[in-house]
Amino acid sequence: MLNLFWIPLLTLIGVFVSLSTSKVSRTACAFATAALPAAALAIVISYAPSILDGQSYVERFDWIPAAGLELAFRLDGFALLFTLLILGIGLLVILYARYYLSEQDNMPRFYAMLILFMTAMLGIVLSENLIQLWLFWELTSISSFLLISFWNNKSEARKGARMALTITGMGGLALFAGFLLIGQVVGSYNLTDVLAQGDLIRGSELYPFILVLVLIGAFTKSAQFPFHFWLPHAMAAPTPVSAYLHSATMVKAGIFLMARLYPALAGTDMWFLIVTLTGLATLLVGAYMALFKHDLKGLLAYSTISHLGLITLLLGLNSKLAAVAATFHIINHATFKASLFMAAGIIDHETGSRDMRKLNGLWRYMPHTAMLAMVAALAMAGVPLLNGFLSKEMFFAETLHQGSLGALSWILPVLATVAGIFSVAYSLRFIHDVFFNGEPINLPKTPHEPPRYMKIPVEILVALCFVVGIAPGLVVAEILHSAATSLLQGDTPYYSLAIWHGFNFPLLMSFIALIGGIVVYGSRKQLFEFQAQFPERDAKAIFDQNIKRIVDTATRIYGTLENGSLQRYTMLFILSVALFTTVPMTKLINYEGELPLLPVDGVSIVATIILVVSALVTLIWHRKRMIALIAVSVVGLIVSLIFARFSAPDLALTQLSVEVVTVILLMLALFFLPQVTSKAASPSSVVRDLGLATLIGGVMATISYAMMTHPHTSIADFFIANSKTGGGGTNVVNVILVDFRGFDTFGEITVLGIAGLGIYKLIARMKLFMPSADLNGIPWSNDHHPMMLATVSRALLPLALLVSAYIFLRGHNLPGGGFIAGLVTAVALILQYIANGVDFMRERSKLNYQWLISVGLIIAGATGIGSWLFGYPFLSSWFDYFYLPGVGKFELASAMLFDLGVYLTVIGSTLLILGNLGALTTHARPEESN
Amino acid sequence: MELLISLIIGLLTAVGVFLVLRGRTFPVVLGLTVLSYAVNLFIFSAGRLVIDGAAVLKSGLATPDPVPQALVLTAIVIGFAMTAFAVILAIRARADLGNDHVDGRLPEQSGEQK
Repeated sequence: MLNLFWIPLLTLIGVFVSLSTSKVSRTACAFATAALPAAALAIVISYAPSILDGQSYVERFDWIPAAGLELAFRLDGFALLFTLLILGIGLLVILYARYYLSEQDNMPRFYAMLILFMTAMLGIVLSENLIQLWLFWELTSISSFLLISFWNNKSEARKGARMALTITGMGGLALFAGFLLIGQVVGSYNLTDVLAQGDLIRGSELYPFILVLVLIGAFTKSAQFPFHFWLPHAMAAPTPVSAYLHSATMVKAGIFLMARLYPALAGTDMWFLIVTLTGLATLLVGAYMALFKHDLKGLLAYSTISHLGLITLLLGLNSKLAAVAATFHIINHATFKASLFMAAGIIDHETGSRDMRKLNGLWRYMPHTAMLAMVAALAMAGVPLLNGFLSKEMFFAETLHQGSLGALSWILPVLATVAGIFSVAYSLRFIHDVFFNGEPINLPKTPHEPPRYMKIPVEILVALCFVVGIAPGLVVAEILHSAATSLLQGDTPYYSLAIWHGFNFPLLMSFIALIGGIVVYGSRKQLFEFQAQFPERDAKAIFDQNIKRIVDTATRIYGTLENGSLQRYTMLFILSVALFTTVPMTKLINYEGELPLLPVDGVSIVATIILVVSALVTLIWHRKRMIALIAVSVVGLIVSLIFARFSAPDLALTQLSVEVVTVILLMLALFFLPQVTSKAASPSSVVRDLGLATLIGGVMATISYAMMTHPHTSIADFFIANSKTGGGGTNVVNVILVDFRGFDTFGEITVLGIAGLGIYKLIARMKLFMPSADLNGIPWSNDHHPMMLATVSRALLPLALLVSAYIFLRGHNLPGGGFIAGLVTAVALILQYIANGVDFMRERSKLNYQWLISVGLIIAGATGIGSWLFGYPFLSSWFDYFYLPGVGKFELASAMLFDLGVYLTVIGSTLLILGNLGALTTHARPEESN
Repeated sequence: MELLISLIIGLLTAVGVFLVLRGRTFPVVLGLTVLSYAVNLFIFSAGRLVIDGAAVLKSGLATPDPVPQALVLTAIVIGFAMTAFAVILAIRARADLGNDHVDGRLPEQSGEQK
């Protein structure tokens, strides 16, 4: 026996086999397609004997065991039954489709999708893992979408496919949620574990959610009321698809799921109420509606809905015997309904119509097909000696035997009989209206018998109806027993499959149904007139309307939130920040901590006043651009003084040099931005923004005060203790940057480099208007490069470079380092640009700033990688002390090399930004020089 | 002293937020700059305030917390890169769209005032 994995794998390979047969004849294509599913069937049959003896097989392949993800297949009696149905009927459908599809249809594509669907279905029934089951479940939705829309030039096919996908896809999501909850309760997605933990699940408080979610999945898939409406619209599919998906397999997936999880979920009142009532409603609605459909496939679709409801009802009864009956009816329905669909397809194919008002008296034209269809229809009606009779008898018996509705329990058998009556009536209509009842009216083709081989699948299925109906004990007893045993995960109760059980209630109900059905069909004229009073409700229109409503609502919400205004997004963002920070603040009572406050001195107060005034000036005169800019730079200056005051010289130095660069940058920006900032805001929005700003400012001030007055523990102690011994430096801030947290710094200079390059790309090819005069029409000064500045700056450059080298070298032990040194160098070079002009620099400096950035990053990266060579982790640093005569004792550290990378990247990025932006203001614009 | 710094942080935040909410690019850029001062000061103050602490390791003096300092140091440089990017974006937007509103179009057309 080959591994179970081969069963779905073979059919999956079959998809590609079909796709590769586009060059060969249609018959060869069909044979090639059938080969691998046939081989899979052979594997299944090789397992069959031992499974019928009560064995079951599980094969698993772990993927992520910690997350409960695995590839696992399970073959037991119940799965065997479904596997046989899927592969057996699948093979018949392949044969049938060979004759059904016309020359124009793309046969390899059709077969490939059909086999893909087959694989998905096999995956569902063989899955041992719930997540995996769900994956295949979704795959059936997708492949059925493709199959329904096979004739994608027809609008109804596309709409039907979309509807089916929406409904089953939605159910699929609910199912997934249900499975996740089951996994949470049980602690495993393994089917074996889940089925063994039924009491745990039923006892869990999540049980109602699990049940509802899983049932939504099952009901949508199995077209249960009120989700049934997609199935009739899916009839736009080619008939082989309807025969396969919409009678025998896919719509049974929901039933399969309910049956599979029966031991885990069933047995509660909630299960009984939901499942039984849904099944009952579906049974009645389907049976009633089927009678009034003029479309042959429409009648069969509603009949299918009705029979699915019957099976669901049986599963809902919480009785083991009912579960056996459900299993039996799954087999019987698959055989007679698939053959009926195929017969309907033949009639459609040979007459060109499916309208029962036109189709009449076909008995004379195609007696052979008519015979087959009539037998199958009688099985559907539940006439003795055919398989439908047996399971319907069991169904009637079960409705009699339940008592969960108390005194109203009689209602169930009565309604079941009513459904039986309609089922007989629509079966009669199928037979009488199509094959007798006068002559055909206006058919596009003259009817005749189909090709010989097209009838073979129907013959096989109809023969099965007969054989099962006459000798059930011989044919299905064994497989039914093993399927029911594994469904129930325990012994099956006693049941008898005989045709004759003596005169009893179920037989009486069958009899009433038969007579009643004939009466109902006889009085169909009055019924049709009665039904015609009701306006026809087109499910498609309602569905489209609802979809449109959802889309409209979504568009409206989207339109309100996303109106394309960045200003508005910023406002909403800040508003939510305010909301999220303000609410917890109200719970902070102890906002003043126990730390002693530092004394306030006069200098601090003066500096604070200057800062406050500058900040307010910025706020009030933000439209007077020059004043605002100067005020902001004063604020920056005071901030760097604050850093210096509170023992952070590194920060003060950095802030100071960044301040210089920023102001130069903003001055350049002023040149290109409109010279007046026009007044755009309405007074009300100014008030609103001021309120918001004050609120957030207040919150921030309070948080800061609370934070600063509370004592804290910091990881700093580790850094302080190890800075000298481990990093070889006494400037802890610098050691953190280049050593302890060197990897962060590496990331940061990378970001810096990327920002520089991004700006470079933004500047390139920018078409800018260069103003030549100020607001009052006074031209800018022609004195581009004042001589004083030029002379002084040239003299300053070597000095500045020397200072930056000094700052760089001492950085490890004294305030300084790569960042600050890089900024100082950058400022010195920019000064040259300002004082002497771009042309002057271009003649003298051949520095390529992109190149500088890359070299800087490479040096920093290589320093990190270098430590690997010595067997240390990335960016471990090395240092030692040396002695040179004349210089004295000095230290060398690999961290300095890393800092050199930082230094070069900072220079490269800063100059790439400012140099290029500055170049725009001169006649040496990039697009001109290129 | 803590109270003064808290006031400064609060004020700078408020000014920054107000400017960021303006419609024209230049005030927004200024706002970003001011806001980054506030944020840097806030992170810095997370190490608590120390006056006359040891800038480098030195026995006998209180050592200020170096971790926020290291964070702020890189934040200042990155903040500059961000400001620069915003500025260039503003200039580019003005060049391509013909106005300096952050929405890329003037509010009269968008019906912003509701």
